[in-house]
Amino acid sequence: MAEIFFWEAVRRAHDEEMARDPMVICMGEDVGVVGGTYKATLGLYDKYGPERVMDTPISENGFTGLGIGASFLGVRPIIEIMSVNFAWLALDQIANSAAKVRYMSGGQLTAPVVIRSPGGVAHQLGAQHSGRMEKVFMGIAGLRVVTPSNPKQAYGLLKSAVRCNDPVFINEHEYMYSMKGEVPDAEYFHPLEGSEIARMGRDVTLFGYNISVHWCLQAAEILSKQHGIEAEVIDLFALSPLDRAGIKASVSKTHRALVVEEAEAPVGVGAEVMAIINEECFFELDAAPVRVSAANVPIPFNHKLEKAAIPDAKRVVDAVLKMFGK
Amino acid sequence: MKPADKKRLLREMLFARRFEERCYEAYMERKVGGFLHLYPGQEACCFGVMEAARPGHDYVITGYRDHVHAIKCGSDPKAVMAELYSKETGCSKGRGGSMHIFDVKHRFMGGYALVGGPFPLAVGMAKAIKMKGGDEISICFLGDAANNQGTFHESLNMAALWKLPVLFVCENNLYGIGTRIDRSTAVTEQYKRVCGYGIEASQVDGQDIEVVYNEAKKAVDHVRSGKGPYFLELMTYRFRGHSMSDSNKYRSKQEEETWAKRDPLYILKARLIAAKELTDAEYQKLDKEIIEQIEKDIIPFAETSPEPKVEELTKYVFGENDPYVRGGAR
Repeated sequence: MAEIFFWEAVRRAHDEEMARDPMVICMGEDVGVVGGTYKATLGLYDKYGPERVMDTPISENGFTGLGIGASFLGVRPIIEIMSVNFAWLALDQIANSAAKVRYMSGGQLTAPVVIRSPGGVAHQLGAQHSGRMEKVFMGIAGLRVVTPSNPKQAYGLLKSAVRCNDPVFINEHEYMYSMKGEVPDAEYFHPLEGSEIARMGRDVTLFGYNISVHWCLQAAEILSKQHGIEAEVIDLFALSPLDRAGIKASVSKTHRALVVEEAEAPVGVGAEVMAIINEECFFELDAAPVRVSAANVPIPFNHKLEKAAIPDAKRVVDAVLKMFGK
Repeated sequence: MKPADKKRLLREMLFARRFEERCYEAYMERKVGGFLHLYPGQEACCFGVMEAARPGHDYVITGYRDHVHAIKCGSDPKAVMAELYSKETGCSKGRGGSMHIFDVKHRFMGGYALVGGPFPLAVGMAKAIKMKGGDEISICFLGDAANNQGTFHESLNMAALWKLPVLFVCENNLYGIGTRIDRSTAVTEQYKRVCGYGIEASQVDGQDIEVVYNEAKKAVDHVRSGKGPYFLELMTYRFRGHSMSDSNKYRSKQEEETWAKRDPLYILKARLIAAKELTDAEYQKLDKEIIEQIEKDIIPFAETSPEPKVEELTKYVFGENDPYVRGGAR
């Protein structure tokens, strides 16, 4: 098992799938000659050529729709949208074409596309490059939404997404491409549904996804060492559909729950997980569930304001201590 | 075009006309719900172009005025009518409706309700055709108003850039819902807007099927021979409102009467009668046969077919038992 960068894991999944199946292509802004803004397609242009590694015009709705149309005829496109903030422009094709075509054709036509895109707060990228859209995508019936928290998931989720016959949106994070982690040397397919226990615990469940899993893990260490609280961390790598059974199982064990999200709270992952907790295991609760979310503001440019806008491990710790009356 | 082909096309267009009129009646009887966009007046566009193309072989995609295009591609009119009646036996198993007729077996790749939505999908299908090396072409039928969407410009650019085998057919019926083209569009002649993308384009009369056919033949040959996309603008008129909820108050009686004289059915019929290839009696007989087919064959099928089962409400949201959802066959 080798330790590699997150971007290398994404690149490896591209490379393996493109080597295996000539119908797998990748497309997006600067994915070819440049090799991808975050190096996710580095070297693939030279290896597979311009027909399969397509540098597209800056036309998000157009090229996303093009990938969807190609998928109707058996092509398996991996579409990179450079920043998820630009995916707003492609929302019509994602929501109205890719996600609905199987249903409204009575199962005749499917759109097996993968759309990968990073979002979230990195370093002072400003309001229009720091937003997140997972809450929008997970509300669309017919679209799968997954979000890796480490290189192994990034690799395995992309592998499965390419081969799955449903459209899959992969929510990545600008800040995480340089993160290192172990990825199996052998080919590996990560499930597109479910959740993972990132840390076992008995006193409280911290639900995280993508970058917030790391805040949860840091918080759990602090809680354990300094406060004697053993937190369980659940990694919600699948945001749509969410893992009802996994959420219920953990909360039924710990009887307390926090949901940690980098996004602003309204209509978000936290709201959805709390609704599931209410529906599935309300009477198991020893305390009201809590959300730790971003402030409901466009992400500011100023670094201090930017930092203040989003959660971190300390805020998770504080919220847990408050829940325990400490 | 041979006389026999002209007569066949007259029959096909008359069938389309009567089929659409019957849809209207079914809607008025409240047997068909939702939105309904009818095709009368524009028949020569679809039939002329598809006569020059290869129905069932070439991939066709369009907007919500889609019943006739599906039928010309080879769809069973019974299944199209059953879809309007929202029955399990419908083209799209009652899940789509009038605006979402799909018949992938006949390469009719769907009707889509977002104006301009099919443009990039058509270009994507052309990309797939090129990758696979087939001799099919991708044909996108849309109205003039779709050309004010961003997808039009994005798609034309990519189609030209990558020289993809796609034929854009613009059925210019002069109105985007209730807004006349010169009130919505700075350059009303659509083929001129395409020049900026380096795409071959032309504009012809969309009411005379022979004119449409002859121009479409050039366009189809251009695309099929690998010369890249083509944009064909057909000047036409819809005789009915945009949809059934249309007050149709935005057009003058005079304008409607002028266009009524240019009915594609009358033009072809008059030409065949003048050439002594058809008699009025033959035409009346044909009409009677078509109406009988619709009443005795198509409508009863739609009316007596079962509705989808409520227990199957969530079927077709995702694929069933996809192994990769669980991480592959480990």
